[in-house]
Amino acid sequence: MMPDLGKYADAVLSAYAASIVLLVVLVVMTVLRGRKVRAEMARIEEQRSKNG
Amino acid sequence: MGSMSLWEYANPKKFLTTSERILPFFWAAAAVCLVVGLIWGFFFTPDDFRQGSTVKIIYLHVPSAMMAINIWVMMLVTSLIWIVRRHHVSALAARAAAPIGIVMTLIALATGAIWGQPMWGTWWAWDPRLTSFLILFLFYLGYVALWEAIENPDTAADLTSVLCLVGSVFAILSRYAVLFWNQGLHQGASLSLDKEENVADVFYYPLLVCIAGFVFLFIALVLYRTGTEIRARRIRALATRTRAQA
Amino acid sequence: MIALLMRDLRLAFRAGGGFGLGLAFFLIVTVLVPFSVGPQSQLLTTIAPGILWLGALLACLLSLDRLLALDWEDGSLDLLATAPLPLESIVSVKALAHWLTTGLPLVLAAPLLGVLLNLAPPGYVWVVISLALGTPALSVIGTFGAALTVGLKRGGLLLSLLVLPLYVPTLIFGAEVARRGAQGMEVTTPLLMLAGITAGVIALLPFASAAVLRVNLR
Repeated sequence: MMPDLGKYADAVLSAYAASIVLLVVLVVMTVLRGRKVRAEMARIEEQRSKNG
Repeated sequence: MGSMSLWEYANPKKFLTTSERILPFFWAAAAVCLVVGLIWGFFFTPDDFRQGSTVKIIYLHVPSAMMAINIWVMMLVTSLIWIVRRHHVSALAARAAAPIGIVMTLIALATGAIWGQPMWGTWWAWDPRLTSFLILFLFYLGYVALWEAIENPDTAADLTSVLCLVGSVFAILSRYAVLFWNQGLHQGASLSLDKEENVADVFYYPLLVCIAGFVFLFIALVLYRTGTEIRARRIRALATRTRAQA
Repeated sequence: MIALLMRDLRLAFRAGGGFGLGLAFFLIVTVLVPFSVGPQSQLLTTIAPGILWLGALLACLLSLDRLLALDWEDGSLDLLATAPLPLESIVSVKALAHWLTTGLPLVLAAPLLGVLLNLAPPGYVWVVISLALGTPALSVIGTFGAALTVGLKRGGLLLSLLVLPLYVPTLIFGAEVARRGAQGMEVTTPLLMLAGITAGVIALLPFASAAVLRVNLR
């Protein structure tokens, strides 16, 4: 299944690894901050509706 | 009336409900295109006769480099919309896009360096394109740092918009300066990443799928992050109001 | 306008003003370079134009955060903003004052320091010309950066980060004029580009600087 990358295996694999890690970090950080802010927003909305 | 309908989304509420509805499609499209494109490219394309298997790096390098430039252009457009029409969503979209641009520039630089090592025998050469991307990276860093440094969101939006505008002019100037400077330094250097023109079809189709994947990923991320920024801004505004009442 | 310029110059020359700081830094850089790269005169001749330009640029950068910060702190910037003078002229005068107190001394000191770096004889005139043409652009661009960061505490680092990429074209063309001049090559193209950048920046950037200053003074 794994293609024969020949003598450039290190270069190709590290390029893919580095890029995928960077993309995953970006998506995870985006979603983490998004969740936090959305939860905070929901909390405040609830409080406001309670207080009228 | 077409333009009227577009401006409707400048209303933050409307933006949030609409973006929430269409976001799942963009996440899915991004995932499908990236998985298909990268697997196709990595496992099912032949080696290049000159570059060997390093040609597979093209599926990451070219899309990220394209995004790095286009995201800056998008930030310029949304900054201008903020300056002219004062739509908060527009300014926040620019803010939301910038960190994505940083990551895209980093991917382009990293894959370029890793590709350059076996092909040119060096991690880094002051090739005009590499140099331009390094400068673009600095512009992104400064832009994000300015957003982070200023507390008042409207002041930050105004200042970063002007910085984006002025930065764009200087980025273009730098591009020409760097081209001039490098030709002046080593005449006839033929090392370049200019492979787009002569990419064969076997490489071209998976590359297109990967580019689509990066575009969809960017759209999904920027919609989601803009939603986050709109809420964060609202939370801030509410907090200030409560403090004022107390 | 003249009164404002004279006031800025007086403040700079007074003890604690920015005058001399840039010059001292320029001197330090050029004197230390031979210690760090070795005393081979051939090598020094090669890198002299670049070192002189880099030293001048860093000396400019160093003095930028005082450009508007002092007036901001004591409130005189608010007074200036309400004065009948348009803010565009005020930032232009500020940039001019910065150039007269930082850029001009650097231009005049460059030939002396060129001797220390074993600059090639035809280079002297081109180093002076390129610095004289280029340093005004550095001051005007720096004023824009200072206007962006004026309201911030500890804005110095951010200011350097913002101004750094904006300085690249000026540095490239300026150093290229000096380098080509020192090697006796044709300098017309980079010289025209450098002059173009300086002229364009002086004509247009004060509007951006005034705009961001207005936002910061809100």
